[in-house]
Amino acid sequence: MRTKSLLGVSLAALMAASPALAENVLRWTSQGDALTMDPHSQNEGPTIAMNGQIYESLVTRDAALVLQPELAESWEAAADGWTFNLRKGVKFHDGSDFTAEDVVFSFARANHEASDYKEQAKNVVSVEVIDDHTVKLLTSGPNPILPNQLTSIFMIDKTWSEANNVVAPQDFKAKEETFAVRNANGTGPYKLVSRAPDELTVLEAHGGWWGKGQFPGNIDKIEYRPITNAATRVAALLSGEVDFVLDPPLQDLKRIEGADGLKVTTVAQIRSIFLGMDQGVDELRTSNIKGKNPFKDLRVRKAINLAIDKKAIQRVVMEGLSFPTGMITPPGVLGNTPENDPSYGFDVDQAKALMAEAGYGDGFSVRLDCPNNRYNNDEKICQAAVAMLAKIGVNVSLDAIPKAQHFPKIQKRETDFYMLGWGVPTLDSHYVFSYLLDGDGSWNATGYNNPIVDAVTSAIVTEIDIPKRTAMMDAAWTQVKADMPYVPIHHQVLAWGIADGFEIPIAADDAVRPRFIVKN
Amino acid sequence: MLAFILKRLAQSVLVMAVVSAISFSLFNFVGDPVNNMVGQDATREQRVQIRIDLGLDDPILVQYTRFMGNALQGDFGLSYRIKRPVDELIFERLPATIELVFVSAIIALVVGISLGVYTGIRRNSWISRTVLSTSLVGVSLPTFIIGIALIYLFAVILRWLPSSGRGGVVDLGWWKTSFLTVDGWRAIILPAITLSLFQLTLILRLVRAEMMEVMRTDYIKFARARGLAERSINFVHALRNTLVPVITIIGLNIGGLIAFSVITETVFQWPGTGLMFIQAVDFVDVPIMAAYLVFVALLFVIINLVVDILYFVVDPRIRLGD
Repeated sequence: MRTKSLLGVSLAALMAASPALAENVLRWTSQGDALTMDPHSQNEGPTIAMNGQIYESLVTRDAALVLQPELAESWEAAADGWTFNLRKGVKFHDGSDFTAEDVVFSFARANHEASDYKEQAKNVVSVEVIDDHTVKLLTSGPNPILPNQLTSIFMIDKTWSEANNVVAPQDFKAKEETFAVRNANGTGPYKLVSRAPDELTVLEAHGGWWGKGQFPGNIDKIEYRPITNAATRVAALLSGEVDFVLDPPLQDLKRIEGADGLKVTTVAQIRSIFLGMDQGVDELRTSNIKGKNPFKDLRVRKAINLAIDKKAIQRVVMEGLSFPTGMITPPGVLGNTPENDPSYGFDVDQAKALMAEAGYGDGFSVRLDCPNNRYNNDEKICQAAVAMLAKIGVNVSLDAIPKAQHFPKIQKRETDFYMLGWGVPTLDSHYVFSYLLDGDGSWNATGYNNPIVDAVTSAIVTEIDIPKRTAMMDAAWTQVKADMPYVPIHHQVLAWGIADGFEIPIAADDAVRPRFIVKN
Repeated sequence: MLAFILKRLAQSVLVMAVVSAISFSLFNFVGDPVNNMVGQDATREQRVQIRIDLGLDDPILVQYTRFMGNALQGDFGLSYRIKRPVDELIFERLPATIELVFVSAIIALVVGISLGVYTGIRRNSWISRTVLSTSLVGVSLPTFIIGIALIYLFAVILRWLPSSGRGGVVDLGWWKTSFLTVDGWRAIILPAITLSLFQLTLILRLVRAEMMEVMRTDYIKFARARGLAERSINFVHALRNTLVPVITIIGLNIGGLIAFSVITETVFQWPGTGLMFIQAVDFVDVPIMAAYLVFVALLFVIINLVVDILYFVVDPRIRLGD
């Protein structure tokens, strides 16, 4: 016993010996590593999370998702664009100054053919330099939500990019990797010290950061080690090797909470999970009903909405960690209202009656396409839905497959009935309308096409009278709620596992904001 | 001799071509990489354009020919996921896998042979019975469960060893090694044990069976009759004769260790080629999958070639049959 504890003590000493005592180090993990250090090359979660600590944008969001000045101190709208007053005295990590020229350059780069941010950056048609610290971002018409669309367009140094031959982001067709894939030079609070992909990335506080002293954060060094396997990730937190896990699996939360010195914080995520029904085709591809499409009938869509017990899914499948809903966009996004958010309810008798009324009293069969590695418990939700729909005679066969095979079915319009989740980075309903509800929306595989909703989708792009705009969105959402193109299931809940010594403000967009992280 | 090797080489080339063609045709079922390559807000036109640019809509035979053509010139392309040259990525990750395989092969050999000899001689002792029944765990439990169990025991409960990662790596410029630091050794223990268990059990049971066989042969009885020491009978005369099949099995299983390392590396976040392959499958990173499978096929072909040549050298009967 005694030798054992001695061994334990010496091993603990060995482990504790490496970091310097005065430094506050945050060691954290999540599933995936950043794919590249290039800030305009990959529009993907872990990549944005990593680059967001090194690079900054003109405006950003705090943990409550309120817009905050970052590299711009203030901004104001005009009919043809927005004027941004840039922060003065901002330096890149290599010491050069941040000026209006860099803004011009960064937008040109984000709008480049090879950029993965061009859908957001295209709102800025061109950038007019007024003086060294004032720019006007010109838009093709009035744009009421431009600042919302800029929060992940990072600013990069023009001189550095030109010197290192990375004026354009990495191209798929290229044969060589570019300098920016493994090197970074931002204005952010942390700079890249070392990087071994899939192993360890070390960031260090940037001494010349403009925000020094203005934020509560006191972390000097950040060590990020991605851990692919969920159980291993949780083990690393339980064993004290990391201080923070961004994405512990739901079934392990109780264990983390029960462990000494660890806590779990949760928040409603900006992501809704729902099922889409294809009402656009004349005959379903996977149904026994030939010559007509049951989903074209509002009564069938309503019956399916009523037959799925969202509360039971919340209780049994999600261990309480979800918010059942009747909308496909969550609270926090402009357009979600308490009137439209409640779910359609659960009423099997009414659902059966509706099916009979629509002429499907004997039910019909259809295939449900579902991912099995994308959303929290995605496959289990689909399994629950299959069982529930069987009770009203809808005989659903489930095809749960990896996301790399699932999403192309939606993209190519090869699915009758499918699961999809949608997050809203702009926090504005336009992002939902244009992709999921507009007749031409790239992710709208429901065939839903309502002129009223389409008209609102294009009108809110240029409407700058905010109350009027909000009322238009509200009317469109009420229309959607009545038309039921989707079966809304719930809004996801985020859970972070954190060691007791740290205060890490959780945010609904799942982003880590180290400038607010405090080590006690 | 030369003719034999040339013939073998020609067969190897054919095997390589077939393996790469089959694996390449499987990529069509893995999914669509484009979805992972662009953000959710990319338009359908942009997605179509990327498919055209990457040649993903070409017939599989055209894609395969293009891949082989480039590969023969040493160009395996850029990873879709990390946007770096694939051959560079593989060679960067290879040291981690090789060191892991090396350590687990040593563990499997040393422990497997010692326990095999012991259980072969002391057939009925309770230690032998315990070892044999425990060793069943090694073959019957899947690698990832053993790995997770070891992590929970040694990293979470006892906190003796790190749960994951490679830790304490020293970069020699051309090779990143774990062998030069204490942290590096601490990190390699659990994954190496996990990876070795299956082979260890195999070797243990093989040595035990061979040992029991050999112990019954006449020359062991004569050795006993001559009054040789028990120790020298067991380890010099008996063990030596059991090792011939063991060496054959090990030679063939080194390739197996590298293949099994895919799962072990994922559980322990061991930054080797296996982890990279799993991530590539998840992302549908075709250039990495293609190059990795060709690499593994090459490895197996080389090992088999060497084994064949060794047989040729060792066993004259093969020469006659040829």
